[in-house]
Order: sequence, then C-alpha cells, then structure tokens
Amino acid sequence: MVLNSVVDNPGQAGRLEQSLIASVQAGQSELFYELVRPYERRVFAAALAILRNEHDAEDAAQEAMLKAFANIRQFRAEARFSTWLIQITVNEALMRRRRERTVPMEGLDERREEESEYAPRDFADWREIPSEALERKEVRQRLAEALGTLDRKYREVFVLRDMEHLNIQETAEALGISVASVKTRLLRARLMLRDLLAAGWEQGWFSRLPFEKGTKPW
Amino acid sequence: MVENCEQVWREVSNYVDGDVDARLRASMDEHFRTCKKCASVLAGTNNVMVLYGDERMLEVPAGFGRRLEKRLAKKSAVKGIGWSAWSAWALPVAATVLVVGALLMTSSSSGWHPLRSEHAAQAKDIPADMVVVVSSGAKLFHVPGCKFIHDKASERTLTAKQAMLEGYVPCPRCLRQYLKTGLTQESGDDDASAQAEEDSEEVLSVPGH
Repeated sequence: MVLNSVVDNPGQAGRLEQSLIASVQAGQSELFYELVRPYERRVFAAALAILRNEHDAEDAAQEAMLKAFANIRQFRAEARFSTWLIQITVNEALMRRRRERTVPMEGLDERREEESEYAPRDFADWREIPSEALERKEVRQRLAEALGTLDRKYREVFVLRDMEHLNIQETAEALGISVASVKTRLLRARLMLRDLLAAGWEQGWFSRLPFEKGTKPW
Repeated sequence: MVENCEQVWREVSNYVDGDVDARLRASMDEHFRTCKKCASVLAGTNNVMVLYGDERMLEVPAGFGRRLEKRLAKKSAVKGIGWSAWSAWALPVAATVLVVGALLMTSSSSGWHPLRSEHAAQAKDIPADMVVVVSSGAKLFHVPGCKFIHDKASERTLTAKQAMLEGYVPCPRCLRQYLKTGLTQESGDDDASAQAEEDSEEVLSVPGH
C-alpha cells in the first residue's frame, strides 16, 4: 500500500489512511512507517520551526513519530491523523526547548511589540510569483532564510498555520496560546515575510522568472 | 466601513483567511479596487501564503526516512517481537492479569493493579469510594479541580477503586497523602514527580483524545 501514490485523490487517500490506521492499531506495526511517511516533511518542519537546529529537529521529529507509534491505539478519528501527529511533534519540540532553556523568556518589550501594529514598507505593483520558482533550490533556500529571520513566536505560528495548514484553533492549542495571539502573530509574520520577499526581489532572488519589465511580484 | 489603509492592513490576514464578516469584506473589496498600496499588500500576502504553503518548501535532511525506519524497527525489537506476534499472546495474558487484579482489588484496597505509568508511585489506603476524576489518554487520577488534570474536556468522574482497577495511579500533587511512603520522595520531589508525569502525559494531550 503506497499512500503517496493516491495523494492526488484525497478521498481515496483518506480511506487508505484510515485503513492503515486500523491495521496498525490491530497490531500490524510494520505498516506504521507507511502511514507516517507522507507526513515526514511536515513533522520535521514543525520541529525545526521550534528548535531551529536541524539535528535537534530531526531527533525531536523522530522521537515524536516513535511516541505516535507507541500511542497509536489511543488515536481516534475525531481529529485528523496529520493534526494529531503534528501536535505530538510540537509538544515534543516545546518540551525539549523548555528542558534546554536555551531560549530566553519573552520580555515585556517583546509583548509590547506584538501589541503595536506592523506597517508594510513596500507598495510596488504586484505580479504573482509562479510556483515554478520553487523548483529552484536557491529560491527555496532564500525563502527559508527569510523565515529564519522572524522572531520565534512569529515563525512558529506561521509555520503551523501557513505551512502545516493547521487551522487557527489547532495552532492556538498546539502552541498553548490564545486564538487572538495566533491571529496577531500571523498577521505580523505574513506582512514581515512579504516585505522580506520584496527586499529579496531587489537582491535578485527571483531573477530569470517571467515577469514583465518594471513590475514586481508582491 | 473601512476608513483608512491602516484598518485594511490590520484585517488583511483575517481577510485572506475568510475570517471577516460580509460587510467588512465588501468594504475591503471596494478599498482594494481603489487603493494601489493596499492591493499590493493583499497580493504580497497571498504570494507569501502560496509560496510558503507549497509542499516543496518542506524539506527533510537526506536519509531522514531511512533513519526513522531504523529507529522504528529498533523500538519494535526492544519490545521483544513485533506487535502482531506480541498481541497474539500478550493480550489474553493482559486480560487475565486484569481479572486477577480486579479480584485482588475486592479483597484489599492496596492490592496489585496494572499501572498505566511505569514510574508512578502506587496508592496506599485510598478510600475505595472516594470520588476522583480521570481524563482520556492520561495516567493519573485526581481530586476534582486539581490543576494538573490534562484535557479537561474529556474528564470522567469515577471512584478511586474503579480508577485503580483501570490502571490509573494517584496524582502526586493532589493525592500525595495516599502514595506509598517507600516509593514516594520527600515533598520537594513531588513537583518533579508531577512534572515528570505531566511531561509523559503531554504527548497524549491531543484534542479529542
């Protein structure tokens, strides 16, 4: 059974996933890797957003998968399997960060900053960036670097919401913050990244893409 | 309804998420038609979401899957044998153990029980009919209202006897007086013990579970 092969058909993929879950819960543990393989990238990205170190993120992501494996019988279909898996990963990564205490506590100034508004800086004409741009490793790397420059609290919310596609409520629950905080942080993260992309255009990140002369892609 | 660009910038994220009411949406639509600046902000925000939302932005280090498979195999091996074979004989044995445990429970309130937590202290002299609460996916039972209850939405009330029969162990914070003294650390370690339990439960505190 290869879940990836039916990923273009969400209904079929969903049924296959349910069937895999039922099989693993019934004792066919050898199918567990098949079940989680489509989510490897999302699980790793969630851990990386919190831990910011590839080695730690991999370890946390894999530990989360092992915990999911050990607790698969407790999974019930009220939640999506992917959400359950990502939430376990976020818990694992947050627990490691707390244990290591390498990240300073959020200061008063930071909280005030969150309350203040962020004003966009660039208002050039817009043109859609074709998704083909992502075929280029350099573009993906630049985008990842831009994301890495965001403060932790903005990066975590953005990754869970816009890259992991959790909804606002799920993001709030995963990070243990309020829905209002998720919305505020998400707005700032999106606007900051938009400005960073605009700056990236000036630096030629998206050169060799088919834009008309004089237009900018944001 | 929208009076200036700042108002639009405040709401643009909710707008793209479809999280504004119909009146505000119509007002913002109108503003976007006439304001180039805000149209640029909206378009750029959409660009960010489309680019970062693409699966290709999620990359794993080379060999990640292979290493994960190895760890999974190792975990299965540590259990002795795979789940399939394990469950064939272990489940009937576990069922027998539960029945024996239940029989012991009826004769002694401090009898043996299959514990949900490997490192928890066992209970001593807990009144069998004491009202306690448990939540799904947790290992501890608590006095109602204890702040260490996880996933309060799935809280269930039962007697201490029933909780122990189900393998739950007492919360080292709210039920510390009932923990076996030989296994329990002094008060300063209760917090650590509760934290350890809390940490081990954390992974299971998933909505709906």
